[in-house]
Amino acid sequence: MSHLLDIRDLEVNFALRTGNITAIDGVSFSLDRGERLGLVGESGAGKSVTGFSIINLISKPGYISKGNIRFEGKEISSYSDEQMRKIRGNRISMIFQDPMMTLNPVFTIGFQMIETLQAHRKISKADAQDIALEKLKKVHIPSPEQRLSQYPHELSGGMRQRIIIAISLLTDPAIIIADEPTTALDVTIQAEIMDLLQELCESDNMALILITHDLGVVSQVTEKIAVMYAGKIIEYGSTDQVVKYPVHPYTEGLIKSIPGTVIKPGCDLVQIPGMMPTLTNIPPGCAFNPRCYLKEAMCTIKTPELKDVGNGVLAACHMK
Amino acid sequence: MNEDNTILSIKNVVKHFDISGGFLDQVRFKNGRFGLEKITVKAVNDVSLFIKKGETLSVVGESGCGKSTLARVVLGLYPPNSGEVYYGGQRIDNLSHQQMLPFRKKMQMIFQDPYASLNPRKTVQQTLEEPLRFHHPEMSNNEINDKIDQVMGQVGVDQAWIKRYPHEFSGGQRQRISIARGLILDPEFIVADEPVSALDVSIQAQILNLMMKAGRERDLTYLFITHDLSVVRHISTRVAVMYLGTLCELAKSEDLFAFPRHPYTKALLSAIPVVGEKRAKQIKLKGEVPTPVKLPTGCVFHARCVYADERCVNEIPALLTQDNGTCVACHAVEENRVIS
Ligand SMILES: Nc1ncnc2c1ncn2[C@@H]1O[C@H](COP(=O)(O)OP(=O)(O)OP(=O)(O)O)[C@@H](O)[C@H]1O
Ligand SMILES: Nc1ncnc2c1ncn2[C@@H]1O[C@H](COP(=O)(O)OP(=O)(O)OP(=O)(O)O)[C@@H](O)[C@H]1O
Ligand code: SF4
Ligand SMILES: [Mg+2]
Ligand SMILES: [Mg+2]
Repeated sequence: MSHLLDIRDLEVNFALRTGNITAIDGVSFSLDRGERLGLVGESGAGKSVTGFSIINLISKPGYISKGNIRFEGKEISSYSDEQMRKIRGNRISMIFQDPMMTLNPVFTIGFQMIETLQAHRKISKADAQDIALEKLKKVHIPSPEQRLSQYPHELSGGMRQRIIIAISLLTDPAIIIADEPTTALDVTIQAEIMDLLQELCESDNMALILITHDLGVVSQVTEKIAVMYAGKIIEYGSTDQVVKYPVHPYTEGLIKSIPGTVIKPGCDLVQIPGMMPTLTNIPPGCAFNPRCYLKEAMCTIKTPELKDVGNGVLAACHMK
Repeated sequence: MNEDNTILSIKNVVKHFDISGGFLDQVRFKNGRFGLEKITVKAVNDVSLFIKKGETLSVVGESGCGKSTLARVVLGLYPPNSGEVYYGGQRIDNLSHQQMLPFRKKMQMIFQDPYASLNPRKTVQQTLEEPLRFHHPEMSNNEINDKIDQVMGQVGVDQAWIKRYPHEFSGGQRQRISIARGLILDPEFIVADEPVSALDVSIQAQILNLMMKAGRERDLTYLFITHDLSVVRHISTRVAVMYLGTLCELAKSEDLFAFPRHPYTKALLSAIPVVGEKRAKQIKLKGEVPTPVKLPTGCVFHARCVYADERCVNEIPALLTQDNGTCVACHAVEENRVIS
């Protein structure tokens, strides 16, 4: 059976005055119905650009320069804006870190929900309102009827993020792409939102791409994980396997540098020396080589490909 | 609760902010007449604690609970509305600017945002030199340069960076520079407000290691503010948990993580996502965090607490010391009603 979403060899460039930079360099992965994938990596690794490019939300000077994106069997990477609007916010919804990127402060929640539905479907206002209510209940919003007539600023941050999730559910999407959906929220509220996302995926067989730098959150919510570094996926596999037995030296360092994973309180944390290169000076060979403890001559010459390293895990490392 | 080696202590500190604005903003029409209404944010309410020499005391709690405000009161950046702050036994919250100077040298602050806390128009050299010239006018240029070299070496700041400006550095590099600035006057006591929250984990580990190393080598005392509980567990000697401007629990770090006592601490700890673990059952809280403008009566946590009863609604719980030394402010804990 074919995948719900299949991305092959995706490349995204930014045409800057100083020259072309490649932000996403040959990314491939697939997603099945109901599958939850975590996209992790440090700031600037290319997580958001990957997520945005799926629904062609990359704005100039960025553009998809190569690769294929197949969704429900159709090639969508070359879709016009017109065609893409039928998918974006409809079959594939997006949740951003800042709820105010989605919510308009001058309209009520009800108005915005009804409008979203009517943009994608021929539906009466009354029917749209019924669906809006149903979705608000689904995200466990207390007194949903009242919320319809409230404005975004009257709600707390956690409540707003729930509303956003309710809006993203309106059209019964096949995929939700959530970009750092809880980074701005407190841990107790983050935990509730994550439980909610997981519950919704399970009940509606919805797929989730969860973009985050928090490996704890990823462990809890996702089944698959893709670790990105400098525009590439460097490790991919089941979340349990990768988090417990990381193969790529970067993934290993990333996990060990988190307090509480392997190091006792008060002892020195494992640290990865140096930092991720900027896109304009990615070293030749493996982009991670200047920080890597396993590096050999080969690593500075040839770029490692993602390859099967057993247990269903793919890793891009010459030494594995 | 004072002890001999106490370096800093605060007693019954209250800090409120008046946010009612100008005269016209305060005018309200109520019960058929006009009146003036003040709106105050009750950021810190009756907090007492002490910090012992050489320890790392962390303050945790959710956004807006008053952590940064408390840190600023401790450093004398905000005068408390009431209560006292003592440093090395001497009261410092009522000192003049001039009288405060020797304490400013001993107490330093490291901020969350290394972008905002460094002056963009100053080179690394100028940033590090300035506090030395101010507090040590007797130092020669050579002595100053030696001192800068020494501290830069300690925090892993490359000598070649000295002539560069903050925008030329990454977040992690900038945080090293702020730490160097924090250490340059050889302080005894450092208040670090979310010093690693803006950094990626791989860089966060570098900075935490650096701060722990500086702490050991210089026998520093830290007041560490953060909302990241895995960081807290890693670096703290003791932990203070705050909720809505109030201390709800104060305990040795290992005790707090092994046996949280206060219902809020229990809920908070159960919500931490742990790497490599599926979600354990989280203790759900009812309702939402109330605003610090209109504090709840009794225990500030009562509206969200599953153990709350009449007494909790009416009476503010005192911070009581338990058998193992943990301090908890909760009626239910006192009455042995909390299931562990
Ligand atoms: N509009 C743009 N112009 C130029 N470069 C860009 C633009 N948007 C993104 N980039 C570059 O693309 C790379 C990937 O960025 P992306 O936003 O995907 O990172 P990320 O992994 O989501 O990081 P973060 O965790 O900080 O959100 C970065 O190096 C970034 O500088
Ligand atoms: N200068 C100020 N003027 C008015 N209100 C303030 C001021 N500083 C803080 N507050 C308010 O006091 C309360 C406590 O704020 P504080 O910054 O101490 O919280 P915090 O625990 O540090 O939160 P965070 O984790 O978000 O940094 C908040 O309601 C805040 O809005
Ligand atoms: S005092 Fe009452 S309301 Fe407050 S935490 Fe304890 S049981 Fe809950
Ligand atoms: Mg991003
Ligand atoms: Mg703060």
